[in-house]
Amino acid sequence: MLATLNGRAVEAHAGESILDLARREGLDIPTLCHLKGLSPSGACRMCVVELDGRPGLVTACSQQVQEGMAIHTHSPRAVEARKTIVELLLANHPDDCLYCVRSGDCRLQELAQTHGVRRRRWPAGMRHHRLDVSSPAIGRNPDKCILCGACVRVCEERMGVGAIDFTGRGSSTVVAPAFLGDLNLSTCVGCGQCIAVCPTGALREQSHLDRVVAALEDPEQVVVVQHAPAVSVSLAEEFGLPAGTDLNPQLVAALRRLGFHYVFDTAFAADLTVREEAAELVQRITHGGPLPLFTSCSPAWVRWLEQERPELLPHLSTCKSPQQMMGAVVKSAFARMKGLDPARIFSVSIMPCTAKKAEAARPEHAREGLADVDAVLTVRELARLLRQRGIRLTELKPDHADLPLGMRSTAGKLFGASGGVTEAALRTAHFLITGEDPPPMRVEVLHGTEGLRFATVQAGILQLRVAVASGLLQARKLVDEIQQGLHPHLHMVEVMSCPGGCVAGGGQPLSRDGDDAERRRAVRHAALLRVDDEGMLRRPHRNWAVGELYRDELGEPLSQRAHELLHVHRERPREVEA
Amino acid sequence: MVQACDMDLVDALLARHGACGRQDLIPLLQEIQEAEGFLSRAALRRVAAHLHLPESKVYGVATFYNQFRFQPRGRCAIAVCRGTACHVKGSAAVLAALQRELRIQAGATTRDGLFSLDVVSCIGACGLAPVIAVGDDYHAGVSPTQVPGIVASYRAKLQALGEGVLEPSTSVEEVLA
Repeated sequence: MLATLNGRAVEAHAGESILDLARREGLDIPTLCHLKGLSPSGACRMCVVELDGRPGLVTACSQQVQEGMAIHTHSPRAVEARKTIVELLLANHPDDCLYCVRSGDCRLQELAQTHGVRRRRWPAGMRHHRLDVSSPAIGRNPDKCILCGACVRVCEERMGVGAIDFTGRGSSTVVAPAFLGDLNLSTCVGCGQCIAVCPTGALREQSHLDRVVAALEDPEQVVVVQHAPAVSVSLAEEFGLPAGTDLNPQLVAALRRLGFHYVFDTAFAADLTVREEAAELVQRITHGGPLPLFTSCSPAWVRWLEQERPELLPHLSTCKSPQQMMGAVVKSAFARMKGLDPARIFSVSIMPCTAKKAEAARPEHAREGLADVDAVLTVRELARLLRQRGIRLTELKPDHADLPLGMRSTAGKLFGASGGVTEAALRTAHFLITGEDPPPMRVEVLHGTEGLRFATVQAGILQLRVAVASGLLQARKLVDEIQQGLHPHLHMVEVMSCPGGCVAGGGQPLSRDGDDAERRRAVRHAALLRVDDEGMLRRPHRNWAVGELYRDELGEPLSQRAHELLHVHRERPREVEA
Repeated sequence: MVQACDMDLVDALLARHGACGRQDLIPLLQEIQEAEGFLSRAALRRVAAHLHLPESKVYGVATFYNQFRFQPRGRCAIAVCRGTACHVKGSAAVLAALQRELRIQAGATTRDGLFSLDVVSCIGACGLAPVIAVGDDYHAGVSPTQVPGIVASYRAKLQALGEGVLEPSTSVEEVLA
């Protein structure tokens, strides 16, 4: 189909939007509300363009290209309209960019800059709303909301949660949970995908930076840090390096410079999780436990299951997540090994996730009044701290994590992407069942991009049937199918709440738009696979440090001590009546 | 005062509808309000569960439309006309005076359950502007200074009635005559 774009003849695909055509042709039309892959809403009007023969401007995101269409993306009228839209948005926006967490990383601020907005054109007509700091994961500041609806659509259409929506109408519209309630009482699972798409500072993570800095300054505290598998492959983006660069050794060095006394790798705990979870799987298969076994490492998924399908909680692995296993080991076995009082240990984790903040705060993740993990920083918060402390990441001498809890297999590293937990678990389950390591190291199908993936792996006489759900929306679909009896022979189901897994988590560096987000997800995932391909130690059960932990502390997987430290026994949450 | 819908009635209404989808949301809300006079949280939650919709979606839709209310009407419902003619004649000041006097916003009900206050777009009595309807009575040419007296007279009537129902004292016809 032929059309002209700013006077140039171009070929458009059938059904292609003007926005997609322009971006394919190397022309950026600004957007605030557009989300790749979700329904166009046309709410923000930033993408308006002029068409020959049409009196009004049309939104490029929702208008399909038609044969012979003459499109003017940056005509004086279109550009002027965009500037006016920015000015109108600013009329109901606080002028506090200097104090805003998103300053320098805000789409609205950027558009005001590029459109030359140099003064407030209309007097401020601010509507003031209450801050919502009720959630342990996500903070809301509706004053900064421009009502683009990106968070609403991501929460409902991509995650299938629908914790927030537009309430009211017209100038009194506000994005809020049901009954204008607080986020902690809503169905929010804390995944933070809303933050990832928010163009302004209306949504952010609940910051733990202050308490981490306070602990680092406190001479009485021994501050221990762990970093999650998907952190080392994304941190580079915060410092202008190409996405997909693995900065693991520099990250370790930087954490030491910040003053952490011990630097550990969450992938160690992932190996430990694999040992426990593979043993749990084999035990359920041989002793007739509830199958399929659901993985429990993604806290937003655990919360979702508790809320939406409590009857299926017996399927959930009793294993704590790697973050919490590490926390428990640090304040028990490690403390004893070093002769430290667990009460003096301050345990920090660096996570690509906001739900991990909520997970760390759950009461079952504390023993004798001490939380297993005291503070959780997102990748964005860590980057802020590194910048504040003037640490030049790339110029640091590479360093190694501390032993023994910094020792990891590269399978543990795979936990950072959808499919990786299953792959890691299969390597060890195969060994448990047959006594031999599985022949192919990579089960390719597990690393595909479809939301739901199935694989069958031969382990001796047993065929292990596994499913991978990438994103809560896919998880809901799979769970529905399981409840309808469509998958009677599945052994294990891996669920990552965020589509793509932790590499695309709600605590990761922010993307510019949907294309950018997809590209970053793919290269972060590829970086993790590369780490595994090049790894010397690729099987969780070969991690000698985990082996020593069993020898010295835990005994066997699923032992009583392992249960005390590494497992939770969930009570079914009571139904809350309206 | 805790205000709740009769949930048995809501459940019966939903059961009568059987399986339905998101396109039935607004008709269901209308029926519940028709029967109960307002939409309680519990009723909205029940509708969300029935339609497999997020509560936030149901609440969002319900708050979008002016026709839905979230508190029961007071024993005496006050409607302030905000049509063009009434606006020109100063209905905004009358509404403000009522909100001050009753200590509630438009759309709400006083805590003692005596009065509810609503805004309507046009009563159709532009010759009487600014006009308010108090229960079934109409008051023409209302000024803000009259508001405390009007409210006090109905409060006295309601208190004298006890549990009884307020009868209309004037009709549009009488006012017009």
